[in-house]
Amino acid sequence: MIEIQNVSKWYGSFQVLTDCTTRVDKGEVVVVCGPSGSGKSTLIKCVNALEPFQKGSVVVDGIAVEDPKTNLPKLRSRVGMVFQHFELFPHMTITDNLAIAQVKVLGRSRDEAVERGLKLLDRVGLKAHAAKFPGQLSGGQQQRVAIARALAMDPICMLFDEPTSALDPEMINEVLDVMVQLAQEGMTMMCVTHEMGFARKVANRVIFMDRGAIVEDAAKEEFFGQPRSERAQTFLAKILNH
Amino acid sequence: MNYHWDWMFFFQETDDGLKYYDWILSGLGWTTAVSLASLAVALLLGSVLGVMRTTPRRWLVGLGDAYVDVFRNVPLIVQLFMWFFVVPELVPEKLGIWMKQDLPYIVTAVVGLGLYTAARIAEQVKAGINSLSRGQRNAGLALGFTEWQTYRYVRLPMAYRIVLPALTSEAMNIFKNSAVTYAVGILELYFQYKQIIEKTSQVLEITIVVTSCYFVLAFVMNRLLAFIEARTRVPGLIVGTKGDK
Repeated sequence: MIEIQNVSKWYGSFQVLTDCTTRVDKGEVVVVCGPSGSGKSTLIKCVNALEPFQKGSVVVDGIAVEDPKTNLPKLRSRVGMVFQHFELFPHMTITDNLAIAQVKVLGRSRDEAVERGLKLLDRVGLKAHAAKFPGQLSGGQQQRVAIARALAMDPICMLFDEPTSALDPEMINEVLDVMVQLAQEGMTMMCVTHEMGFARKVANRVIFMDRGAIVEDAAKEEFFGQPRSERAQTFLAKILNH
Repeated sequence: MNYHWDWMFFFQETDDGLKYYDWILSGLGWTTAVSLASLAVALLLGSVLGVMRTTPRRWLVGLGDAYVDVFRNVPLIVQLFMWFFVVPELVPEKLGIWMKQDLPYIVTAVVGLGLYTAARIAEQVKAGINSLSRGQRNAGLALGFTEWQTYRYVRLPMAYRIVLPALTSEAMNIFKNSAVTYAVGILELYFQYKQIIEKTSQVLEITIVVTSCYFVLAFVMNRLLAFIEARTRVPGLIVGTKGDK
């Protein structure tokens, strides 16, 4: 579904991604972790070309995102993305947030889009808030709306870029619950997150990045049992021992 | 004070058969017309320029920046003289003659005042767009919006809300700046003011009336935009940047 091959990226002379290669197969859940500044968010943004890269290739569902002939808006509309800071559109009601891209990008009728949006809003447990504005919801609620908004586009896969790092601790679980449910339904997912509990529960593979490179790319059991690289071992020891 | 007050002179007949208050009303009309038309030009062009300067395309940014530099750094009255007297000499001869003879003065004045104000509005629109987090654009793009659609549906609606107070000042300024167009022959309020002083010497009365006219125009614009601001306020939103990198 997602194939990342030898991707390298520079900001000026500073290399942020070094020769990254990995893949996410259909129905797979892959968790990307690593210390801050390791390039996790940059890598996941390369998948839907929010970040351009200078070398290598990313192929999503058979389409090369770096190809200048690729219709990026069309490709992106099929890849759902959830951001650290939710990024709901603050001037629109929750209903409009859910509907607008369905109408403007997919060409659905407004009624159809609202119906689909409200169905998903119900699924994330927020149906009662349809008429509110994002500023009137808590962070956890906003992030669940953001997930519903992405799902409303009927994506072939979902990208999560640190979906819980901006949340208060007590709101993290309500968001993770939605993600776990999604994973269990067979959604293809690539998640940048430090939530190792989530990784243990639903991940098929875990990727560990450090200084722009993929240091470890292993099945979940292998990663948590015995990571090969010393760097991943120390990282795991640090985040799991408290 | 030895001043001879006479408020009734406004109802006296002038040389052209009208009354003095007719002159004021006519001036008020031209001031309003020039100002509103210039404001329309400035909002439209200023928005386009402001957006250009936030796009990822360098040549668009450069073009927008150059415009703002030129039009913000030259005094308004000099710009008006340029449109009236310099530009017609620089363009092809036929066009120059047409500009000098057939093009109504008000069009040239509106273009001059509009283009001047556009530079200032471009600056504000740009600041409004840049105050939004980058994540907003990314969220729009990730949903499949084109770059233009991220402006249309995501960035501009928020940017305008954020800069509305600054735009209000600009909209009020344009009424006051329109007084300068008297210098290129627009028979607006300030022109009538000067003319009435020359004819009647009733300086205080006419000053009070004309000042009040400008005050009311700017004040109405201020209230109108305050109304729009209240109507477009987003519930629960505290304006400020919440930033993704």
